[in-house]
Amino acid sequence: MKDGYAIEMRDIVKRFGDVNAVDHVTMEIRNGEFFSMLGPSGCGKTTSLRMIAGFEYPTSGEIYLNGTSIGTTPPFQRNVNTVFQSYALFPHMSVAENVAFGLQMKKVPREEIGRRVDEALDMVRLTGYGERRPRQLSGGQQQRVALARALVNRPDVLLLDEPLGALDLKLRKEMQIELKRLQERVGITFIFVTHDQEEALTMSDRIAVMSEGKVLQVGTPTEIYERPNCRFVADFIGESNFIRGQVSALNANDVTVTDGKGLTLRGQMVQPLQVGDDVYVSIRPEKARLSVQRPSEPPNNLFPVTVDRVAYIGSDTRIMVQLGQDQLFDVWEQNTRSTVDRDAYWQRGEQGFLWWPAENALVLKD
Amino acid sequence: MIEATSQSQARTATAARAERRTNWRTLLLALHSTLMYIFLYAPIVVLVLFSFTTDSFGARLTGFTFSWYGRLLQDQRLIGAAWNTLEVALVSTVLSTIIGTLMALAMERYRFRGRTSVDALLYLPIVIPEIVMALALLAFFAFSFGIIENITGRQLKMSLTTVIISHIAFSISFVVVVVRASLKGFDQRLEEAAQDLGANAWQTFWRVTFPLILPGIIGGALLAFTISLDDFIISFFTTGPGTSLLPIEVYSQVKRAVTPKINAISTLMLLISMTLVGLSQFVQRQRR
Repeated sequence: MKDGYAIEMRDIVKRFGDVNAVDHVTMEIRNGEFFSMLGPSGCGKTTSLRMIAGFEYPTSGEIYLNGTSIGTTPPFQRNVNTVFQSYALFPHMSVAENVAFGLQMKKVPREEIGRRVDEALDMVRLTGYGERRPRQLSGGQQQRVALARALVNRPDVLLLDEPLGALDLKLRKEMQIELKRLQERVGITFIFVTHDQEEALTMSDRIAVMSEGKVLQVGTPTEIYERPNCRFVADFIGESNFIRGQVSALNANDVTVTDGKGLTLRGQMVQPLQVGDDVYVSIRPEKARLSVQRPSEPPNNLFPVTVDRVAYIGSDTRIMVQLGQDQLFDVWEQNTRSTVDRDAYWQRGEQGFLWWPAENALVLKD
Repeated sequence: MIEATSQSQARTATAARAERRTNWRTLLLALHSTLMYIFLYAPIVVLVLFSFTTDSFGARLTGFTFSWYGRLLQDQRLIGAAWNTLEVALVSTVLSTIIGTLMALAMERYRFRGRTSVDALLYLPIVIPEIVMALALLAFFAFSFGIIENITGRQLKMSLTTVIISHIAFSISFVVVVVRASLKGFDQRLEEAAQDLGANAWQTFWRVTFPLILPGIIGGALLAFTISLDDFIISFFTTGPGTSLLPIEVYSQVKRAVTPKINAISTLMLLISMTLVGLSQFVQRQRR
């Protein structure tokens, strides 16, 4: 177990025709961690997973499983199991036969197979479902059979390819919690592929954000959300307002940006910058404030604005304001008071002050 | 209130009219289907009925008898031909099913040079006229026997073997068509899942692929069997002297005289085919 890494990808390239589906990816996934690969479709996350499983071989680069190179080892010789997006349960076998399949291939003694299959079904709360056929089960139950079928083999790494994609929202949330709990209990390294950022944030110890075959950022959910290292990550994870401009002054971590249309903004430096750089100032909608009165202690980012649109969504009110000449800015206010009074909420056309402390604004390159 | 009542009455009347219309439609549909089934099955019913008639010309239903079946069993020529036919059908079905299934797997799974041409050539035996195929096979056998005789000095003759080879040649195409259709709906992720769980290519095929495409293979085999069973033209051209096949034997007997014995053998053949179809349906339902 080299350096405690379950999986190491070293400068992996996978080319399909003229396209680099995976483009010089280097990643280390620690033993026992819940690791997510997150990105839009076509970002190379599924191809990366399939290379770890052995369904694809890298064009160049090396993959190590517990320190051993597995570049061209066929899938049936890797101690890695996959939970497929479509579950891929064998329709001609019962639930128990599905779960027993991997153990039979490993020539595990019959009695032990029986015991371990029962344990695995207990673990995913499907005790007594062994005799059923996969098609007699609901989507969520099929999902859990797929999990049991993979986990029963005690793999070094469990690969999950968007396994919750086919479930409805409520079941999905339940399965997220259940998956995380299961992972903590069995202590196996999980590599989870998803395009759903909320899912990744909820479950992961660490997340790799991918785009166009490249890894843009690897970090904990908080790091990814609070300290994105580029505009793409800030935009893909959660929501953000972006104001385009140029760096006009630098003072330690304090960056001043002008947008060329009369706005001057102050923000925090999170990556090396120089005066004159083209940048985006990124402010999360929940990290800005909107008030009727000018704040008594004016912060260094304060702008008079007009309310353009208001959307009441229950827990929050989302207010779109007009900032400067043509910049729209989204602010979210939590509805902490229980009231139906119209005056308690912002109305279209109202004037107000938009402000945020400089540390809530991140200055990012494209 | 009154208005409401008249409205509801009007609605009932409309509903009744609609119902009458639907009744007419159902009736017409039923009539049409009945006529269609009579058209399809009346000749077969007549055939079966006349295998029990006492009229030796098989032209009238003069009484009921099993005697034609008894005479049938004593007709050595007919029985011999029936056994030959069965042998040809069985051997050619088994071999063409194996070759056809492998071919279908290759065509469906792999991209190779010349695949499109192979694809087109594979279906040719289905569309070219049977008489052309028969003559081609005859010419082929004559030609290759000539070469073999020149090289080895052995003289080969047309026999059951040449019939079997010919039947395999045209059955393969049918098997490929049916098996490929069942492979089209096959989820390849299942094979990946098997490999992921530690199965090598061989285990993956026998444990996952084969059981799932078995209904298609059975379907292909059944088609090959029935086509071989009643083939006349190709068998006629490729069989040797003294070895007759059932359709040929039936034809030559009918030329002399139509007796209910022919009806009896046809009824038996019908029974065999129906049993086979029923059996395959049963097997496929059991699997589900």
